[in-house]
Amino acid sequence: MNTTADPTDATPAAFCDQCGEPADAAGHTACARRRELEPPRYCGQCRRRMVVQVTPRGWTAKCVEDGVRTA
Amino acid sequence: MTETLDVTSRQAPADGDILAVARVQVLEEGRGLSEEQVLEVLNLPDERLEELLQLAHEVRMRHCGPEVEVEGIVSVKTGGCPEDCHFCSQSGLFPSPVRAAWLDIPSLVKAAEETAATGATEFCIVAAVRGPDERLMSQMREGVKAIREAVDINIAASLGMLSQEQVDELAEMGIHRYNHNLETARSYFPNVVTTHSWEERWDTLRMVRAAGMEVCCGGIVGMGETPEQRAEFAGQLAELEPDEVPLNFLNPRPGTPFEEQTVIEPREALKIIGAFRLALPRTILRYAGGREIALGDLGTEQGLLGGINAVIVGNYLTTLGRKPESDLALLDQLSMPVKALNQTL
Repeated sequence: MNTTADPTDATPAAFCDQCGEPADAAGHTACARRRELEPPRYCGQCRRRMVVQVTPRGWTAKCVEDGVRTA
Repeated sequence: MTETLDVTSRQAPADGDILAVARVQVLEEGRGLSEEQVLEVLNLPDERLEELLQLAHEVRMRHCGPEVEVEGIVSVKTGGCPEDCHFCSQSGLFPSPVRAAWLDIPSLVKAAEETAATGATEFCIVAAVRGPDERLMSQMREGVKAIREAVDINIAASLGMLSQEQVDELAEMGIHRYNHNLETARSYFPNVVTTHSWEERWDTLRMVRAAGMEVCCGGIVGMGETPEQRAEFAGQLAELEPDEVPLNFLNPRPGTPFEEQTVIEPREALKIIGAFRLALPRTILRYAGGREIALGDLGTEQGLLGGINAVIVGNYLTTLGRKPESDLALLDQLSMPVKALNQTL
């Protein structure tokens, strides 16, 4: 998955981009499976719900605080 | 009618086995199975699945041909929908993580270009709305014009329930096919949607047909409906005679009322594909959402050899699909040519 650079990419995600719960908590097995067919929904840095646009060959996810991710 | 029935009864085997009956009635005579007959098919034991799929494939090849219609879809307006379709993550009434978004015109054109580059002949613009407001109709006017100037592809739309004026305007824009799913059997619809009725959807479909646009109408299976209701749904679709039936398998969405539904079993999903093909021998029967989780790669191939003759390639509205290259390679491997644009015009 090619994700465009944004300033926060270098920082390890604090939150799961699928369920929004702390990334170091247990129970993300389903999230990992879901990620294969889902764009991110929550910002990994601040946990805000992102505005996600899926297109036929990619997606864009915007966090008002932490920027844009695309693939 | 009597004469046709006589032929069927003469040729059908004495024990009335449903697949033997279907071989004569559907394959030879081109008459789809009735609701009662579809239920018989759905109730066949799993041991007969292969036989069912083989027959459904023969029906598809004889009445539709080997071509596969390829389509790409994009959401022009995502989320924030006022309706309560219990399967949908885009309803603003559920605590779904999907947020509202609008796609701008350059991005819409780019999506159409990407779709055309796969060899697809159909590009469907979808909006999560009850029906289009003036902002959305304006976006459609501008977007359709821009796509037509840039890309050689058929443009379809799915914008919810329409007024007669909106139907006429979409037809004038050159929208060649309009999607509006009935979603499920009439008897089960109130368990799925409460903010509008099955009949309201039916009314839009009638107007679309009358305006000369092709009718695309399907639904979702695996929402808790019974086999009887699946058969009822197939019968209601056959009555509508849509040009295309997109068949979705429920992918339970976080935050929706159907979040906890179990994903349909592959054998059950394949049986539904075969049964729907036997009910709708000449319809474009399209794999839509959920096939990745319900069927996987092997099941996808079995469905293409069991009645399916159209696919959505690439991503869906809010979820991701297989890479288009994977699906196109599979079609090539199965010697199923992608329908060319000049065959659809």
